[in-house]
This record gives sequence, structure tokens and C-alpha cells, in this order.
Amino acid sequence: MRTLIIAEHNGQHLNEQVARAVTAAQQWQQPVDVLIAAAQPDALAAQAATLQGVSSVLVASDAALQHPTAEHLADIIVPLAANYTVVLAAHSAFSKNVLPRVAALLDVNMLSDVLEIVNTNTYVRGIYAGNVLATVQNRDAIQVLTVRGSKFAAAATGAAAEVKAITTPAAPAGSRWISEAFNKSERPALTAAKVVVSGGRALGSADAFAQVIAPLADKLHAAIGASRAAVDAGYAPNDLQVGQTGVVVAPELYIAVGISGAIQHAYGMKDSKVVVAINQDPEAQIFKIADYGLVADLFEVVPQLTAAL
Amino acid sequence: MKALVAIKRVVDYNIQVRVKADGSNVDIDGVKMGINPFDENAIEEAIRLKEKGIVTEIVAVTIGGAANQDILRHALAMGADRAMLVETQETLHSLGVAKVLKALVEREQPQLILLGKQAIDDDAGQTGQMLAALLKLPQATYASQITIEGNQATVVREIDGGTQTLAVSLPAVITADLRLNEPRYVKLPNLMMARKKPLENVPLDSLSVSLTHNVQQLKVATPPERPAGIMVKDVNELLSKLRTHEGIIG
Repeated sequence: MRTLIIAEHNGQHLNEQVARAVTAAQQWQQPVDVLIAAAQPDALAAQAATLQGVSSVLVASDAALQHPTAEHLADIIVPLAANYTVVLAAHSAFSKNVLPRVAALLDVNMLSDVLEIVNTNTYVRGIYAGNVLATVQNRDAIQVLTVRGSKFAAAATGAAAEVKAITTPAAPAGSRWISEAFNKSERPALTAAKVVVSGGRALGSADAFAQVIAPLADKLHAAIGASRAAVDAGYAPNDLQVGQTGVVVAPELYIAVGISGAIQHAYGMKDSKVVVAINQDPEAQIFKIADYGLVADLFEVVPQLTAAL
Repeated sequence: MKALVAIKRVVDYNIQVRVKADGSNVDIDGVKMGINPFDENAIEEAIRLKEKGIVTEIVAVTIGGAANQDILRHALAMGADRAMLVETQETLHSLGVAKVLKALVEREQPQLILLGKQAIDDDAGQTGQMLAALLKLPQATYASQITIEGNQATVVREIDGGTQTLAVSLPAVITADLRLNEPRYVKLPNLMMARKKPLENVPLDSLSVSLTHNVQQLKVATPPERPAGIMVKDVNELLSKLRTHEGIIG
């Protein structure tokens, strides 16, 4: 039997998490196929075909896939599942929208945000905002799961898998894409950045957030993150939220500025290699998970740090 | 139109749960429980749509033991019209929950089905999408804004890197994100009044749902803690420490 990876992309580039999903898929020791569903799939399929460990690239092509809906993608994936015992993707807003729909249509359970694959049907995943690790077995005939990309190395490139077109059902009625608004940024993507500078409620305003956090992030070529409190207060847009209900990051360096370090925030960043916390409150939770803590007024020391770099 | 809102009773979000000594499960005996925060957003949205004259009746539903009546009373006190408890002691995973909810939707025939985007205990985030699949209905997950006109809902969704706007025809399943709204506080008189609102017990057996138990939690453990860090006295010391990690900063 085979393993199917659902590839996320933006129309031009494969998401870098796809290569990580390919590594996770090797655990089953069976051929791995990657599904590209796109309006113009050729370049994307070529990128996927270079990933080592991929047997073949399946291409679903349809104009409606310029902006695919979960309903359309599920209708494409479900008929393929007869040939597969594993359907997986890297965990993201894209995959967690689509794969539960696929699993239910296949009448099988799904496991989300898997951290470790113990064997072909047993996994470790976080529950209670990652405060508890649960080992879970799924005895369904088809294993459907999303994996946390940062827990798996990216597969190398240089291969040349075959590319095959598949029949693509038409987009179902009932759901229609209208628009998308992306926060334009020259910075690296939050989930891919080597350095992340995150700001919390202590910044006090959107202006202060921009004036204190952005220059430090610029110096470090870092992505900018934010705590839920900072997002809820309107200091930063929601897609920058790091935590249980936002994005999970694991950069080389994570700098938490004015962040208390609530459970749900820690969930999103505690796998970072080195954590620096700057907070005025010596009792802040964030110091318990920081490698280096600095108790100080962020408005004084962050500009100092920026200037010293 | 009728709205059905599915809610879950979970450990209060401020509480850090502990693992039982034998590693069999988390220890939630005597721990403060409450309504899952995202589900509270879902109820609030249904109430706001009712206040706008779009929704006419709100049915709050949940699945579990008799203790779950407290979150249904909470939903009724917020402004739901009636509630249903599917009573069972079984542990259901997302697919099982979706199957039970499907049976309720078929019975109630709502035009709008609202849920929270994920429960903060198992962090699975699957039930809404699975329910939509089983009902063969459109889905709009992670909603931060819902506008209903006629037979269509326009939903702004939170996605990685920004937002997406979808139009779904009703009936549809919509899952609530935190920024959809700010749930109202429940006042004591409303809690008293909620006691008079209908709360129906629906035995799980009466729904003829066939459930499998293919997912099993084998054990739980506390994650390894990060080794204790060190406190630095100023920016210079911080920089010199960081520079010992090769390549992290220039």
C-alpha cells in the first residue's frame, strides 16, 4: 500500500512544510505520493518531484483550484484513498480545514498535530495546550493525520519522481471563494523563520509594538510574532499570533518581549532552540521556559539590544 | 432560521492539568470545568444573529454525563432558547461526536450549525469539518466575521498569513474563532430564568448512531521540561551569551 501527502502551496511555491511531511511519511516504509491540486500545477509538481522519498506526484488540475475549497479538495482526495493506507499533511490552517472532512467522508478517525510517529498506527500528540503528551493508537484501516512540521527534518531535493495527472471532479456548489487578504511583509514567514521576535501586552499600543519590535526584527532578519493578549488588544494582526490557537513555531532563537508566558502561548514556542525573555515582572511564567531572562523595562533594553546588533 | 450550537464541557482554560501517577490519563477530579471558550463564541454569535432578527431559535446541544447540564444552563442563560443533552458515559472522539451531532441536526433541521473551532482539552479541531462532511454541507472554519443575507452566509476566516472570505449556502457548518465576538457575561437573574427554559435529555441509544472505538489513548505523560535558564543582568551580558550559540546572531 501507499502513503499520500496533501501538498500545501500558494499557487507558485510549495509550502516548505511539504518536505517535512515527506520525511514523516517515510515512517511507514511504503511508497509516498504527493498530491498537487492547483489551477496551474506544472511548476508545483516539478518542485514536489525533486523531493527525495517521493515515488510519484499526482496532479489534479482545475481552474477552480486557484482558490480551492475544503469541499472540492475532499472530493478530489476521497476517491484516491482506496489506494492508500495513510493520508497525511503538515499541520496548518490549510490542512486542518481539509483533512477532517476527508477522514469523515472515509468514515475513519483523524489525529491532529502529531509530534512523533511511534509506529504505523500509534502517535504522540499534545493535549491541554501541549501540557500533556498523549500516546494514541488509531486502529482504522486508513490513517489520516497532520504532523507538526518542526518535529521532522525537511526531505532533501535532487530526486525526479514521476508526475501523473489524475481525474479532477468539478468544484461542488455550496461554497465559493470570494477574496483573500494577506498581510504583506518582507519578513520571513513566521513558521519558517530562524529567528522570531514576539511582542506581548506590555507593549501597550499598536504604535509601540511597531516601534519597538520591528527594528529588532529587522536587525535579526526575524519574523514577528505576538501573544494572544497583544493580538486581542489590536497591537498586531491575528496571523502573527503564536500559541495554542495561533501558529506553532520552533525557530533557532525566540525573543519574547513583554510576554507573560501563559500556557497557551508557551504551546506555540517552547520547542524553540534558544528562548530569550524580556519582561519587567520577575515572576512572569515566561522566565521558566526561557534560556536567558532579562528583568527590565522593555522600552529601555529592546532599543539598546537593537542598537548593539 | 433555526441555529444549532454544539458545545463542550472542558477543564477551565486557566488550569494546568496534571497527569495521574499511573500515566493512564489526566487527573481532572475536582478540577474547575466550564464551557469551551470557542464554543462560547459560537453561542454568542447565534445570540447576536437572533438580536438582528436573522436567527429565530437557538438550540444548544452537548454530549456527555449529567454534569454537562451546567454548560447548557450557561448557554440558556446567555440567550439560547432550549438545550439538549445527549447523555452517555462513553468517551467519544471527534468522529463519534460528529456522528451524534449529525443525528441531532437531522432531527432539528437547523439552517445554521455553529461550533467552536477546537476544544482546548484534546486540541483536535476536527468536529465541525467532520460534521459538515457527514451532512454533505458546506463548511466555513475559523470564522472571525459572519454576515447572513437570505440563504447565504459570508464568512471571513482566519488563515495562515491573513484572512479569507467565503460565501457558503445555508444550511452550513461554521466554526468560531476567538475574534468572532466577545461573549457576554451571564447575569444572575438570567441564570435563574434559564432554569425555566427547556433542557431535554436525549439517551444516546435513542439516536441509533453506530460508533466505533478505534482510537485509544494508551498513556499520557508530562512533557520534558526545558532546563532551567539563567537570568542576565543587562543587554551586554545577554548578547555575549547569545554569541556563544554559533550562528544564532552575528
